[in-house]
Amino acid sequence: MRWLETCGITVAIALLAFSNEAQAQSPYGIGRAATAAEIAGWNIDIGRDGSNLPEGSGSVSHGREVYAQQCASCHGEKGEGGLGDRLAGGQGTIGTPKPIRTVGSYWPYAPTLFDYIRRAMPQNAPQSLSNEDVYAVSAFILNLNGLVGADAILDAKSLAAVKMPNRDRFVGDARPDVKR
Amino acid sequence: MSSTTDPDNDSVSTTRRRFLTAGTAAAGGVVLGAGASVAAEADNLPPNVPEWMKVPGEPTGGQPYGTPSPFEKGVVRNISKTLKQYISAASRTPLQELDGIITPNGLFYERHHGGVPAIDPAQHRLMLHGLVERPLTFTVDDLRRFPSESRIHFLECSGNPGYSKPYGKTASDLVGLVSCAEWTGVSLKLVLQEAGLKPEAKWVVAEGADAAALTRSIPIEKCLEDAMLVYSQNGERLRPQQGYPLRLFLPGFEGNMSVKWLRRLHVTTEPVYSREETSKYTDLLPDGTAREFSFYMEAKSIITRPSGGQRLSAPGFHEITGIAWSGHGKIARVEVSVDDGKSWQDARLQEPVLTRALTRFRLPWQWDGKPAVIQSRAIDETGYVQPTLAELLAVRGENYFYHNNAIWPWRVADTGEVTNALA
Repeated sequence: MRWLETCGITVAIALLAFSNEAQAQSPYGIGRAATAAEIAGWNIDIGRDGSNLPEGSGSVSHGREVYAQQCASCHGEKGEGGLGDRLAGGQGTIGTPKPIRTVGSYWPYAPTLFDYIRRAMPQNAPQSLSNEDVYAVSAFILNLNGLVGADAILDAKSLAAVKMPNRDRFVGDARPDVKR
Repeated sequence: MSSTTDPDNDSVSTTRRRFLTAGTAAAGGVVLGAGASVAAEADNLPPNVPEWMKVPGEPTGGQPYGTPSPFEKGVVRNISKTLKQYISAASRTPLQELDGIITPNGLFYERHHGGVPAIDPAQHRLMLHGLVERPLTFTVDDLRRFPSESRIHFLECSGNPGYSKPYGKTASDLVGLVSCAEWTGVSLKLVLQEAGLKPEAKWVVAEGADAAALTRSIPIEKCLEDAMLVYSQNGERLRPQQGYPLRLFLPGFEGNMSVKWLRRLHVTTEPVYSREETSKYTDLLPDGTAREFSFYMEAKSIITRPSGGQRLSAPGFHEITGIAWSGHGKIARVEVSVDDGKSWQDARLQEPVLTRALTRFRLPWQWDGKPAVIQSRAIDETGYVQPTLAELLAVRGENYFYHNNAIWPWRVADTGEVTNALA
C-alpha cells in the first residue's frame, strides 16, 4: 500500500514535470514568434506613469497651430466642445449636480492624453499626427486647462510630471451598493 | 444623453402588418396577376383558398443568403436619428419584437467608438506580448487550430440606460443595448498558456484594430476564468459590426471590454488607464468620487411583451414575457407584479437557464381591462435582487450614467395601450 502511494506520487511528479516542460515548449505549437520590431511598431500603450512615451517634444505654441487645424472644428476653438467632447474647464464641478467632465476636471493622468490622441485622433485620420504634434496638442490642451504654462514644452518626462487635479478622486467598484 | 433614449423611434409593430397586407406582392418578389395586387385580405381567408397556394413559390436558392420575410421589414435595429455623429455611437436590439433568448446576428446591438472597420482576415494579426515567455503573433486560421468551444452568453453595453430623463418609450429604447448569442472561439487561457505567462502578469491590455484602437485592461483572473477569443457568432463568422474577424469576449462584463477587431493583447502588471477606463466608463458619484474598473453587469430584467409602444387588443388572456440576465451567473428567479408592486409572483423560466446568458421568463395573465402597472425583477444565483430606479438613484445619483439595472415598470391603460410608467 505504501509502495503504491509512493509510486502514485512519483507518477504525479513526473506528470507535473512533463506538463511544465510542455508549457515551456508551447502546448500546441501554434503561432509564430513576434519580433521586437513588430512589437515596437504596434505597441502604442502609454502607462499612467508615462512609460513607453516616445522621444520628442512639443510646445504649447505649436500645439495651438495643430489644434486649430486638426481639432478645433469638433472640439471648439478653446476646447469648449461641439461635435466632439468638451476638453477644457469644469474644474470644481465634478462633485456638483451639473458636473462638467473635461481633460482638466476629470482625467486622472496626463500621459493618457498622449495615448488617446495618438491612437484615436483626429477622428477622421487617427494615427496620422507625428509624435511631436501629439506632444504639442497635449501641451496645448493642458494649457487650456491651466495645468501648464503658455511657454511649456512637453516631452516624456515633463508630460508624466503633470499632476492632474482629479487624480485622487477615483475609487474601486463598491457594488453591490443596493442591498436588501 | 440623447444616445440612451430615442423618443422619435417608436415601435412600428402594430402598424406594420396593416401597412403591408395591401401591397405585398411587389415586396415579396412574387409574380402575380393584376387582379391579385388589389385582392382584399378576406380573399385569402377561409373558406377561400389563399393565392399563394395557386402558383409555385420562389425557386429554391433564390436567396443564397436568406433574409426575413418582407412582412417583417419593420423588425430592425433601433437607431436614433438625432445623434451628433454616428462614428462613435450605438444602435439597439428591438427586444420587444424578439422571442426566445438568441438575438439574430443582424439585430445584435452595436456600439462602435471609431466606426466599423472593413478588415481583410488574411491581413489581420493578433499580437500577444508583454509579460510572456514567448511573444507570439497569430493569424485567424492559427486561432481556429486551437481546441474550440461554443457558449451562449449575453453582451450588454454598460450604459443601458442612463439615469436621467427622458426615459425611453419602448423596451428597446430603454435596454436595447443587450443581446445574446452563441459564441464560438478559443479559451483565452489556452492562448495565454501558449505564450507562457510570467509570474508578475496581472492584467491584459486588449486593443482593437478599429479607428479608435479601443483599449481596455482586463484583470488576469478574468482572462484565465472564462474569457474567449471569438471568431463565430450564432454559427457563422462574426459580422463586421461584432468584430470580424476576431473579438475578445468577457462573459458578464460591460460590453466595451469585449474588444472587437482584436489585434493586440499586452500582458502587464497594472492597467494601462486608457481613456476608455478613466475619462469614460467610470461611474461618477454625487460626492465627486468616481468608481473605476467597474466591470460586472448586475442582475436585470425587462418585460418585453406587453411593453411600451404595444397595445393589448382586448381584456382576457395575455402572456407576460421578458428576459432576465446577470453578469454574476445564472438567473435564480424572476418575480412579476401586475398590481404596481403590491404583490409579486414567480414567473416560469425557460430551460435551460444558462450562466451569464439571457433567460426567458413567462407568466400567464388575465387582464381585466382596468389600468395596471406590470413589472419584473430578477434574482440571480448570488441572491442579488434587481433594485428599483429610486433605490439606485438614492445611492448613485443621476450622474452615475453606467450600470443602471433598475426594475422598469410598464403602465397598461384601460385602452390597452402600454407606456413607460416612469417616464
